Amino acid sequence: MFFLIFKRFILGLITLFIVSLITFVGVEILPGDACTSYLEREAFGVALEACIKRLGLDVPAHERYLSWAYNVIQGDFGYSLSGQMQINEVLGPRIKNSMVLASAAIIIGIPLALILGIITALWRDRMPDIIISTIAIFSMTIPEFISSTLLILIVAIWLEWLPGIVIVPTDVTFLELLPNIILPVIAIAMIMTAHMARMVRSSVIQVMASDYIQMAILKGVPYWRMVFKHVLPNALLPAINVVALTIAWLLGGVVVTEVVFNYPGLGRLVIESISNRDLPVVQALGIILASIYVSINFIADLLTLMLNPRLRTLQTRK
Amino acid sequence: MENNKNTFEEKPKSSLTKVLEILSTMASKPSGFIGLVILIFHVILAVTSPWFAPYDYKSINPTLMLQAPSLEYWFGTDSLGRDVFTRTILGGRTALTVTFFGSIIALLWGGLLGIFCGLVGGRIDDIVMRIVDAFLSIPWILAMLLIVSLLGTSTEVLIPALGFFYGKGIVRVARAATHDVIAKDFIVSAKARGHSNFSIIWNEILPNVRDAILVEGAMRWSWMLLGFSSLSFLGFGVSPPTPDWGLMISNARGLMSFAWWAVISPIVGLSTLIIGINLTADAFAKALGIDRSTKAPV
Amino acid sequence: MDNNIQIIKNLSIGFKSQKGNQISILRNISTNIKKGETIGIVGESGSGKSTLALAMMGYIKNGLFTIEGECLFESSNLLNMSSRDLEKIRGRKIAMIPQNAGQALTPNLKIGYQIEEALRLHTNLSKIEREDKISELLNKVRLPSPKIMALRYPHELSGGQQQRVAVAMALAGNPELLLLDEPTTGLDVTTQAHVLELLKDIAKDTGTSMVYVSHDLGAIAQVCDRVIVMYAGEIVLEGPVRKILKEPIHPYTYGLLKSIPKLSLSGLPDSMPGSQPQPGYVGEGCAFYDRCDFSDDKCKVNVPKLEYISDIDTSVRCFNHSDLTSKNNEQKTNNPSNKEIKIDEILNLKGVSISYAKQGIIDQFLNKVTDTNPTVKDINININKGETIALVGESGSGKSTILKSIAGLLKTKDGNITFDKEKVLSGNLKERSSEDLRSIQLIFQNPDESLNPNHTVEQILSQPLKLYFGLTGTKLKSIIIELLEKVRLGAFYMSRYPRQLSGGEKQRIAVARAFAAKPDIILCDEVTSALDVSVQAAVLDLLQKLKEESGTTYIFVSHDLAVVKAISDRVAVLYQGRLCEIGPSKNVYQFPSHPYTEVLIGAVLEPDPDIKPKLVAEDIVEEKPPETGCCFQGRCPKILGDKCKNETPPWQIGENGNAIRCHINIKDLKRQQVL
Repeated sequence: MFFLIFKRFILGLITLFIVSLITFVGVEILPGDACTSYLEREAFGVALEACIKRLGLDVPAHERYLSWAYNVIQGDFGYSLSGQMQINEVLGPRIKNSMVLASAAIIIGIPLALILGIITALWRDRMPDIIISTIAIFSMTIPEFISSTLLILIVAIWLEWLPGIVIVPTDVTFLELLPNIILPVIAIAMIMTAHMARMVRSSVIQVMASDYIQMAILKGVPYWRMVFKHVLPNALLPAINVVALTIAWLLGGVVVTEVVFNYPGLGRLVIESISNRDLPVVQALGIILASIYVSINFIADLLTLMLNPRLRTLQTRK
Repeated sequence: MENNKNTFEEKPKSSLTKVLEILSTMASKPSGFIGLVILIFHVILAVTSPWFAPYDYKSINPTLMLQAPSLEYWFGTDSLGRDVFTRTILGGRTALTVTFFGSIIALLWGGLLGIFCGLVGGRIDDIVMRIVDAFLSIPWILAMLLIVSLLGTSTEVLIPALGFFYGKGIVRVARAATHDVIAKDFIVSAKARGHSNFSIIWNEILPNVRDAILVEGAMRWSWMLLGFSSLSFLGFGVSPPTPDWGLMISNARGLMSFAWWAVISPIVGLSTLIIGINLTADAFAKALGIDRSTKAPV
Repeated sequence: MDNNIQIIKNLSIGFKSQKGNQISILRNISTNIKKGETIGIVGESGSGKSTLALAMMGYIKNGLFTIEGECLFESSNLLNMSSRDLEKIRGRKIAMIPQNAGQALTPNLKIGYQIEEALRLHTNLSKIEREDKISELLNKVRLPSPKIMALRYPHELSGGQQQRVAVAMALAGNPELLLLDEPTTGLDVTTQAHVLELLKDIAKDTGTSMVYVSHDLGAIAQVCDRVIVMYAGEIVLEGPVRKILKEPIHPYTYGLLKSIPKLSLSGLPDSMPGSQPQPGYVGEGCAFYDRCDFSDDKCKVNVPKLEYISDIDTSVRCFNHSDLTSKNNEQKTNNPSNKEIKIDEILNLKGVSISYAKQGIIDQFLNKVTDTNPTVKDINININKGETIALVGESGSGKSTILKSIAGLLKTKDGNITFDKEKVLSGNLKERSSEDLRSIQLIFQNPDESLNPNHTVEQILSQPLKLYFGLTGTKLKSIIIELLEKVRLGAFYMSRYPRQLSGGEKQRIAVARAFAAKPDIILCDEVTSALDVSVQAAVLDLLQKLKEESGTTYIFVSHDLAVVKAISDRVAVLYQGRLCEIGPSKNVYQFPSHPYTEVLIGAVLEPDPDIKPKLVAEDIVEEKPPETGCCFQGRCPKILGDKCKNETPPWQIGENGNAIRCHINIKDLKRQQVL
């Protein structure tokens, strides 16, 4: 089994390597380079030369890639053109803020999704299912920026319960952040929960229709015992993967939400750096976000491996 | 003669009858019916709206800024004095066109690559899937925004870019469907007879994976629309003054507190279209007997 | 209730079709089950037997509902009970042993836990007592090392072991009634025999009543006291097992018994035309009318009632049953063409070994072959033109593997397959000429999977015709119609899709497709195993007739020894991918010489309660063949010792023409014959 874990780990590293290549090559291929894009009309003369020197663009591409990769592994992401500082310093508070948002959404979202998913599956096609599923479908299909906007409209503007837009500076204490994150968290969690709940629902339904559940019923196992001991462990195992995928979606969804709420996190940094043509930051963000995605997948794989008796024992007889 | 009383009576069907049958199955359930109605409504609206739009969508009238809905301007005016009603009914055109063609590109490249991987198996399959996974792990927004910021927002850029990113999900489905089919005996039978690989792919495999791929493509269409409007919202989709719902929402939201009409109408338009496509895709899946319940959402 | 443990009164169960019609799966079932007796419920797929078995536990599948009638257990109607009350009965008073135990055991729970769960729910034992009881139960079902076994997960066990666990779980609550739903289907021949013997012993020891649902009349004959025969959702015959199986007075049972190949008789059995009507397709009059040899006009319009005849203690649903009472029950067999098979070799396997093991990269580079213990080893068979040779063995015997490599789908590791005395066939399909590919055709086991669901019958049949003969247009169509008529299907089948056809019809299409290529050799891979009993005979009959017309050679793979005996000229017995015995089938069956052949034939279940199987060897499943010595050393009851473990046994030719591989001298084997 440890070999399997090790294999997965290596595969994850390979994926990251490919991602780094893609980010680097992608930026290289697109027209212009980091300096001309950033400086735009002022891309000439002393300013251009200084920029090139700063970013090391006078060095051939593969050397640049190697030194960049080397630095990244050590945690140095380079220099931000628009911020005029080391990217690491820019990233620090942003990551912290986005983590707060994401963690809150996950802590609320996952348990809620599990409960809702199980309820809608066990009371399938009856009132609880119909109501919850309809809300879920609406949450899933409406774009995040719309639901966020509507949330602001209803809660902040009409009802005036919470602030709509976040107007605090980037580095701010957790306590000051708190009232500002309630709406964004709701916006994100709503969509996440809806996706996950639907998946949990179909997984539970599928398991409930299986032969071994019929056997458990015929064995006289009481309903709730059957649900907790026979149904859920088997239904929730595939849900781990879905949770991982949804969290991965979160990485993208957080961008739009942060823009709508003007929240000072990684997502808003994505927009800012692209608007400013600050390519080194874009590259750094690409590799960071990809690493988060790969890590989550790895953990999900690990969990599945450990919890699935079939994979654990690795011995299957005819 | 074998007793044929027990075999079902069905006559051979032409393609047109098959399509109509699928449509009527879709419409037989309430959700499918609603979805189809909404979708058809939007398509007709998008196609015909230029002809009955009461005003010019780009004429700016500073004096008429932010007027509430009235008999003259049914949905009111926006911050530049443009008629919101006109802009709303025109707002879906770009979105529908871009995402429709983008979906076709996604279907084509995703389907072909997925089938290829499913067929070829082994090392090459592993390598290709790993590369696809790597692409999937970069948040699409980041990549899209980058591409768009450096290459511009014309439809020639958007359609292939969207098609590329949204095709990834189709690769998985096509690959899985191909895996399922390949293991079946009728493929082994064709191979053992000595049919050429091309003939096996075309005659035996394709007809059996086509349904799964089409259904996934339909769902992708709705996600793509969602993504496209998010792009427009962020300012990286269509460029002004083109009326587009995402862009309209972005423009109007700062003024939500006192000009709600400018933001509500595009929201309704966009939401209903996405829901319509979603419901239709779901009904389509059910009508073809494809179980999508265990697939990941994005 | 008195002497009865369960009474079923006029039970009808069905569902509402999409169009709103009420369709019955069970119609007016009435019967009693006495305490301590074992009842068999016999029927083919679509007869409703599984629904009846589940109803006896008060369980009705989603989508079905009770149209009328009741199922009384201890004077209460199970079908009306609340789930609370049902939970008290299920597992405790009535227990079910399911069909596919592998699917019926919860995958994430250890089997010891699942048995303990049954004990906790249905007995009052303390924790320590429960642990002891688990070991006791596992011992009772003859599973080795109970303490270790209890810690295993379901997927770690073999099919036979899983089935035994299911039996142990069912016995945990000391039930008064056991329901068994096809408990031995899908198990190996020898495993089946062992599990059945276990069940018989349990019934005797505990006095539990049993309801044994199956389509396998051989299994029913061994275990049951009384038999109920179901057809199209109704009971058509019910009575003591001897009466039912030896002197059946209902035309369906009569025809069914006639159509089963038996070891005790030679040649192909008579087949019944047609197939059982599916729920909802029963017309007026007797459901069996269109397949019945004993029917007359009144059967067409009137539905016969179930009539009880007291002197033979039998109930029968037929107007003309007295015709059968006087009918001679001698099974007619179509005499196999006794013509001698000319020695005219068409296919030769020499020293063929096949391995599934993948080569490591380095070995691939050096072009070395690494597997010294291949899946199939050293196969030498000569096949003559026009003969039917069968490859027989249990799962893991390699018989399908050999077939695949003859077809070119698998490379041989060693040895040659020579076609028509001169041509060495490559293991690679691409290297074979179109002519070679045409001369060898395949028919598969599962008709659902061997036909493209998106093609019409016309498209399916035109494929070989277009590929090998370049036929098009009207000529193509006329040949297709010819083919359809050859397999006794009409031209109107051309536009049908596979999903509109029954299993037997689909298999006929597969046969037609194979014959379309006008091949010299047809490879049949378990082609009757997935079909209903009454349809099997028809397909075998078809294959035999077509062979007589065209002189095709058949290589027939099967695990069903009776089917093999009926259709083959020669038989090769395989164990773990090695040849044990090969010879004329009459002789191999009558004078089995190799110890394994004895085991196999002894384990066959005949549909005759007076013929009992002989269990000669243990029911062990081996994963890999041994590296040295005889392949059967692990289970051979006559093992000599180290000689068998280390030296490859030599070939010996017996006086009846059987060739066997054994260290024991063939004359001694004959004397030691257990059978």
